Amino acid sequence: MSWLPIALVGVPLLGALVATVPAVRDRAVAWGIAVSAGVLVLAVALAAAFEYARPADMQLQSDRPWIPGLGLRFHLGVDGVSLPLVVLTALLTFLCFVHLAGHPPEGGRPGALVVTLLVLEVGMIGTFLALDLLLFFVFFEVVLVPMYFVIALWGGAARRAAAVKFILYTLLGSAVLLIGLLVVWTQAGTLDMVALAGRHGSGMARSAQILAFLAIGLGLAVKTPMWPLHTWLPDAHTEAPTVGSVLLAGVLLKMGSYGFARIAIPVLPEGAAALAPWLGAFAVAGIAYGSLACLAQRDLKRMIAYSSVGHMGFVLLGFASLTPVGLNGALFANVAHGLITGLLFFLAGAVKERYGTADMVRLGGGMLRRLPYVASLLTFACVASLGLPGLAGFWGEMLALLGAFRPVAGLSRPLFLVFMAVGGLGAVLTAAYFLAMLSRVTHGRAVETVPLAGPLEPPEPDEPSGLYEPPGPLATAEGVREVLSEAGEAAKPVEPVAADAGQTGGQTGKARRPFRDVTAHELAAWLPLVALIVLFGLWPKALLAVTTPAVQSLLGSGVAP
Amino acid sequence: MTAVVALIVLLPFAAAVAGLLATRLGTRDVRAEDVRTRGVGARDARTADVGARAERAAYRRAAWFAIVPGTVSAALTVWLAAALARGTPATDGRFWAELLPGRTEGTLTVVETGSVPISLTLRADGLSVLAGILVVVVALAVQVYSVGYMRDEPRYPSYSAFVSLFTSAMLLVVYAGDLIVLYAGWEIMGLCSYLLIGHWWEDRANSRAAVKAFLVTRLGDVGFLFGIFVLGLSAGSFRIDDVLRADLPRGTLVAATLLLLAGVAGKSAQVPLQTWLPDAMAGPTPISALIHAATMVAAGIFVVARLYPAFLAAPPTLDVLGVVAAVGMLGAALAALAQDDLKRVLAYSTISQLAYMAAALAAGSDRAAMFHLVSHGAFKALLFLCAGLVIHHVGSNLISHMGGLRTALPVTFWTMTIGFAALAGLPPASGFFSKDAVLSAVEHGTGPAQPLVYASALLTVGVTGAYAARAWLRTFFGPARIEPLPEPPPGVAHVFDGREAPPSMLWPAGVLAVPALLLGLAGWAAGVQVEWGPAAASLAVALLGAGIVYALWRAAPEQDPARLLGPFRAPCERAFYVDAAYAALVTRPVLRLARGVVRTDARVVDGAVRGSGRATLGLSGLVRLAQNGNAQLYVTGLLAGLVLIAVAAVVLT
Repeated sequence: MSWLPIALVGVPLLGALVATVPAVRDRAVAWGIAVSAGVLVLAVALAAAFEYARPADMQLQSDRPWIPGLGLRFHLGVDGVSLPLVVLTALLTFLCFVHLAGHPPEGGRPGALVVTLLVLEVGMIGTFLALDLLLFFVFFEVVLVPMYFVIALWGGAARRAAAVKFILYTLLGSAVLLIGLLVVWTQAGTLDMVALAGRHGSGMARSAQILAFLAIGLGLAVKTPMWPLHTWLPDAHTEAPTVGSVLLAGVLLKMGSYGFARIAIPVLPEGAAALAPWLGAFAVAGIAYGSLACLAQRDLKRMIAYSSVGHMGFVLLGFASLTPVGLNGALFANVAHGLITGLLFFLAGAVKERYGTADMVRLGGGMLRRLPYVASLLTFACVASLGLPGLAGFWGEMLALLGAFRPVAGLSRPLFLVFMAVGGLGAVLTAAYFLAMLSRVTHGRAVETVPLAGPLEPPEPDEPSGLYEPPGPLATAEGVREVLSEAGEAAKPVEPVAADAGQTGGQTGKARRPFRDVTAHELAAWLPLVALIVLFGLWPKALLAVTTPAVQSLLGSGVAP
Repeated sequence: MTAVVALIVLLPFAAAVAGLLATRLGTRDVRAEDVRTRGVGARDARTADVGARAERAAYRRAAWFAIVPGTVSAALTVWLAAALARGTPATDGRFWAELLPGRTEGTLTVVETGSVPISLTLRADGLSVLAGILVVVVALAVQVYSVGYMRDEPRYPSYSAFVSLFTSAMLLVVYAGDLIVLYAGWEIMGLCSYLLIGHWWEDRANSRAAVKAFLVTRLGDVGFLFGIFVLGLSAGSFRIDDVLRADLPRGTLVAATLLLLAGVAGKSAQVPLQTWLPDAMAGPTPISALIHAATMVAAGIFVVARLYPAFLAAPPTLDVLGVVAAVGMLGAALAALAQDDLKRVLAYSTISQLAYMAAALAAGSDRAAMFHLVSHGAFKALLFLCAGLVIHHVGSNLISHMGGLRTALPVTFWTMTIGFAALAGLPPASGFFSKDAVLSAVEHGTGPAQPLVYASALLTVGVTGAYAARAWLRTFFGPARIEPLPEPPPGVAHVFDGREAPPSMLWPAGVLAVPALLLGLAGWAAGVQVEWGPAAASLAVALLGAGIVYALWRAAPEQDPARLLGPFRAPCERAFYVDAAYAALVTRPVLRLARGVVRTDARVVDGAVRGSGRATLGLSGLVRLAQNGNAQLYVTGLLAGLVLIAVAAVVLT
């Protein structure tokens, strides 16, 4: 019995309740940072208390009766599969709050946003900790409502439609998921995920397993998202505010893929074996389709959103192979995608905030000149995302492809070889769209920037109109930030930018303040992600040592040797 | 000893990290301090001055970061070579067994994957030390050269850091003891190549060239990774030793090596993936010397040599490699003859020379291939550094802007002459010996494609003599054609007023000239056989090619001797339109497909979703028609239902 899992769910819930108190509401963001930092500390404590000698076992469990009449239990715990995701969730939420501190939400009402995000955290962490099917479902659903509000209240111009699409899609998926879970309940007679996984499907008829896998798989596939159930994702990502996009890509998508690893595959092995070719086919269709769609996108955020379709395709391909290495790859890619795409959305948000648009044509080029730090980090994140060895993005996709190279006995090998080949071509396309984007946005001259019609910065009365002024450090509290921002500028000769400022100033008739490069808050929110991407890239064992025994136990002897 | 190997690899990596993160650490404080003491009002006047000082500090520090670890790495490599030379003879009988018999291997950790484990293993033997020496020496020469070449470059710190990172990645490939580790280094090299080709990213053309280089090589790398899968899963281990020791069926080996060949063709710019290399010349010239001539492009050849037992057991792969080499060497040499850009001449020449190495491998002689790899690495790096000196002086890449530079650049003239002599295969330069080794290997080859390869190789010797002579004559002799050029656009080095470049640029060229001249003799002394008859014949062919060009040039020094190609000149200059064909057959269809996908996504996939929403609304509208509040209708419906039930009950029972 351990109190840690309960605290992990309880602290953000309490924090959300307290944040509604008016006295706290005034300093809501600071409160949010404090609470999420507390949750992060708890998550790290969880990781520290975890016994790495036996990562396959469910540890630090907390098992209490919940609804005795139905035999439902409030059963939480972690093993090697869920531990990395719990820590990732706590980290990303904390970083979102740090980011929020420097960049208040555009829709106002920061207090409400803090409450929403904390409730979101309850659902996200609970999903990864839950060991009772119905409890899992409850947490899975808890996430939807706050995310709906995050998109609908703090989103971009078309936020209402995107939010409605998001909630309808995922609710429909959840309904199907619930049916599947109920099928499992009626067939197996228990909702205890540990017991169910330990049985490896014995006691359930093959037809029932296939039916349940279909329903559960469909429900999870909406969330993951699997092609062709992905169309909610680009809209939701594009319209959501930065923190919303980060959590959507970084955590919410993982809930779907986690469900495959935790429920669908171990509990229903025969169903999985029957439907794995379909899962694989849709997965590689998603890889190819998502990459191609990225290649023709104009909007930076939308492109990153579609890139998630491709990346999650690799995750699903790993699952479809039903091998330990494939599952390992899927789980690794899961975490890596959370880190990398989280960083990418932070960066896209930063770009959008500065330029007033994320449209690549209007962004023009030369970001490496204007915002050297942001552009360099964007390059880093893109390179990580396209799967460069030495950074986190590589190992997951490589292992997923390795899984597809030799799927579990009983699956058609030639079919999966085709899947692998398509996946490999998808990796080339992934590199193509990321590099094309970088070439378009970060390279070239800043002069090419299309003048903005929209509001960016109000004209500064104390600045001579149309003249570029290098951002000098001011002797204020913002000194650190200023110095950080100018360090990059100092490296660059200023003439081209000056020409640009003069030109656009002349065209739009108002002076534009020079862009500010990374702020201290942004750096604080981004650098942990950068560090982890490098760490997992150089030392994949950090993650694989935890997941390998766990996936071997999940697959059991019934499916894989 | 493995610790030394790890140090050799990690030192440049540390240099890269330091170069990226630490070059401006102190300078930042200086600026903040400075402005604080003078107050806000004075900052405009002072910013430029202080900024320039901070720049110099960062530049100096970056240069130290670049050179010191590289030097230590080079010294350690020499120590390692000495240690291996004292080792006990190995039994496998590879070609380096007599000279560098020792070997060492160490595993840091084994990563369980749930399938075949990945072992983080480094190993060193004669082959890796041979390549390792080439890498560290050329990298060091290039770093020193860059200090002068990139003097006025504000992005020098990131540039030198990427060069260090590249060096580290290449050394990882060279010393990798595990195929996945090798692949990691292999890909990181590709990234560095991308970053450095695109160094002058203000120019869209450079950016495009960088993207193209990365994508074309990555296409090959996917095949390479799958080849590693085949080998690793069949052998049950990714460790190179285990893979080579495993007794694999021939079909598996053929499949694996053919897949690996895709990656080799990508990295070593062989047909059909050669198109990226000439464009890669958009990068700074020292980069062309290091990455796109001496080291990275040779990695493909090195990997085949590393896994040579597997390739030898798969003759069909070697036949494919032979044909690829035969086509590539002659085609690239002809293209080199027609180029006007000095660096592109050298780029096509690189493709052609790499094809020589591939031909030697296909003929069964990894010794000849590695010999030519090392000597080519030395003389081609030398040629590029000299080309950089010339370009630095002239302010243009185009041969038609050069001429008569012999007197203005005496040091460059002599070093570059050595380079061209080695390229053309004139004795006693290194190229003569290594090219002869390749030719005799091809002559003795037994594969069905060998006659074709041999004919192509001989023809190429003649064409090589021709284009080397053309470039040499047009650059250093004849009338001077230097015109005062306008301020060079970014992407072109600045013009120097002085007669020769600074010593930091001349010295590396001078130092590299020594191996370019003497390496062949050294190899001969170390026991590489020379067959004097065929060697004399190939020398005659090379001199014939050079002589024809000389005769044409003597007749009209202002005109380009490339006119001897006649109607083939345009196709040669455009490299036989391969680029255009790829654009039409691959690039544009993929982009069309991408746009099609976006349209489909909006109309069909999402349309189905919205359509189902609308359908639901429509359906509910239909149902609503029944709910019109008319009691008569409801009662009628009720009765109709009753009747239906009654009828059904009667009929069904």
